[in-house]
Amino acid sequence: MLAIENVSRTFSNGETGFKNISLSIQKGEIIGILGTSGCGKSTLLRVLSGLDVGFKGSVLIDGEAVSSVHEKIGMIFQEPRLLPWLKVIENISFGLTNDLNKHEKASKYLESVGLKGFENHYPKDLSGGMAQRVAIARALVTAPEILLLDEPFSALDAFTKMQLQDLLFSIWKQYESTILLVTHDIDEALYLCDRIVILRGQPGMIYSEIVIDQPKPRARGDAYLGQLKDKIIHLLDLSTSL
Amino acid sequence: MSGKTNAVSSRLPVKTKKGFQLNQTVKTVALGSIIPVLLIIIWEYLSNIGVFPQHLLPAPTSIFYMILNMAGEGTLWSHMGITLYRLFLGFIIGVAAALILGAAVGYMKIVESLFDPLIQAFRSIPSLAWVPLFILWMGIGESSKVVLIAVGVFFPVYLNIVSGIQGVDRKLIEIGKIYNFNSFQLIRKIILPASLPSFLVGIRSGLGLGWMFVVAAELMGASKGIGYLLVYGQNIYSPDLIISSIVLFAILGKITDALLKNLESKSLHWRDTIEKKA
Repeated sequence: MLAIENVSRTFSNGETGFKNISLSIQKGEIIGILGTSGCGKSTLLRVLSGLDVGFKGSVLIDGEAVSSVHEKIGMIFQEPRLLPWLKVIENISFGLTNDLNKHEKASKYLESVGLKGFENHYPKDLSGGMAQRVAIARALVTAPEILLLDEPFSALDAFTKMQLQDLLFSIWKQYESTILLVTHDIDEALYLCDRIVILRGQPGMIYSEIVIDQPKPRARGDAYLGQLKDKIIHLLDLSTSL
Repeated sequence: MSGKTNAVSSRLPVKTKKGFQLNQTVKTVALGSIIPVLLIIIWEYLSNIGVFPQHLLPAPTSIFYMILNMAGEGTLWSHMGITLYRLFLGFIIGVAAALILGAAVGYMKIVESLFDPLIQAFRSIPSLAWVPLFILWMGIGESSKVVLIAVGVFFPVYLNIVSGIQGVDRKLIEIGKIYNFNSFQLIRKIILPASLPSFLVGIRSGLGLGWMFVVAAELMGASKGIGYLLVYGQNIYSPDLIISSIVLFAILGKITDALLKNLESKSLHWRDTIEKKA
């Protein structure tokens, strides 16, 4: 589905960004990308999305090389990035430029993120969690096969975060999307992902990869996941850097 | 989830808010009028007992009758009409020029490097310094007046458009890029609406300057217009007429600004700003 071969993208004389990353992702997989700040996680997503084309190496989507934004890609950012002058429903259908059924499609996804009844509200009237739900619906409306999420829930409070993680899980179940989730929340990665890729260093490189073969949905306080968490903390080398 | 949704939607009191706002307007207007009304009453009283000499500062009532007289004779309307016509024409030309140049400069780096230094240099010339040149070129007819007003309106609008476009959040533009928008779509769907607030600020301050320049243009030689009434009042030694003209400027300026302000709040209702508190 998505093949990344030896991709590098560095800034400021090779000190930031990432280098030599190779990953192969199957359809329907949820991949978590974990790493401390500054190791190029977000840059990696920007490269995969096609927003940043100044990289070396090759990114293939279904065998097709990525040189600009690919139509199979949907992206959700850390901030909702809603257009404040558009109503919720118009924000959702924003990416559907020449679609006659755009209102119906937008309504459908609005419902699937649990915001039915908020069609005509403006972004200023929404809470952070609701705005992020709208952003999720907006990304889904073009029916992308690959969803890229850049720390999508990091600005939300703990409860909203859990709700939206469950929402993301139900979306994955319903649409069988391939998901790449950049996060710095280990619990989030353990809860949702099939594989966790750990980046380390500046520029970031793949340091380790952990496969979680537990079926989903998982319990949040699972003992096995707890063990994995300890392992990841160890891998990230957080103890010495503090 | 649906339970939560209902709870949240009922917290947004759309209908009651409107009634509340109407009340609020009445209250604001009433509060704002107290001091002016008080001052006018004191002024009238002091004029009547002779503290203010009639030949320097006439009573408010005599100014009011002056305006009423002119309205009755019909001269008021023609003077007002010509002033508004000049202002409107100059304003439209100034805004249109600023919109075209400002959009190009704001959006295209190359146009900015080509034109912006020149425009900034022209901006540092006080606009009234153009008066002699315009009169020399175009005479004291309508065109020199309209051009002068257009020049005055141009700069604030231009500056606000450029900074508005350049200040559009890169993060919003990326949303368009994710959907593979071309430049035209990016401009129409993201850049223009996002820079609308500063454009509207620009045309409001442009209108303010337009009023300033319409007075200047009519002072420099006109046979009609409210600015002409000012000069005429000075020549025939009639403070009533001068103050009447000033009052007319105040009223018309306030009305046109209120129109633009109304347009602004209608088209920018989506903005998440502090709503004016009581």
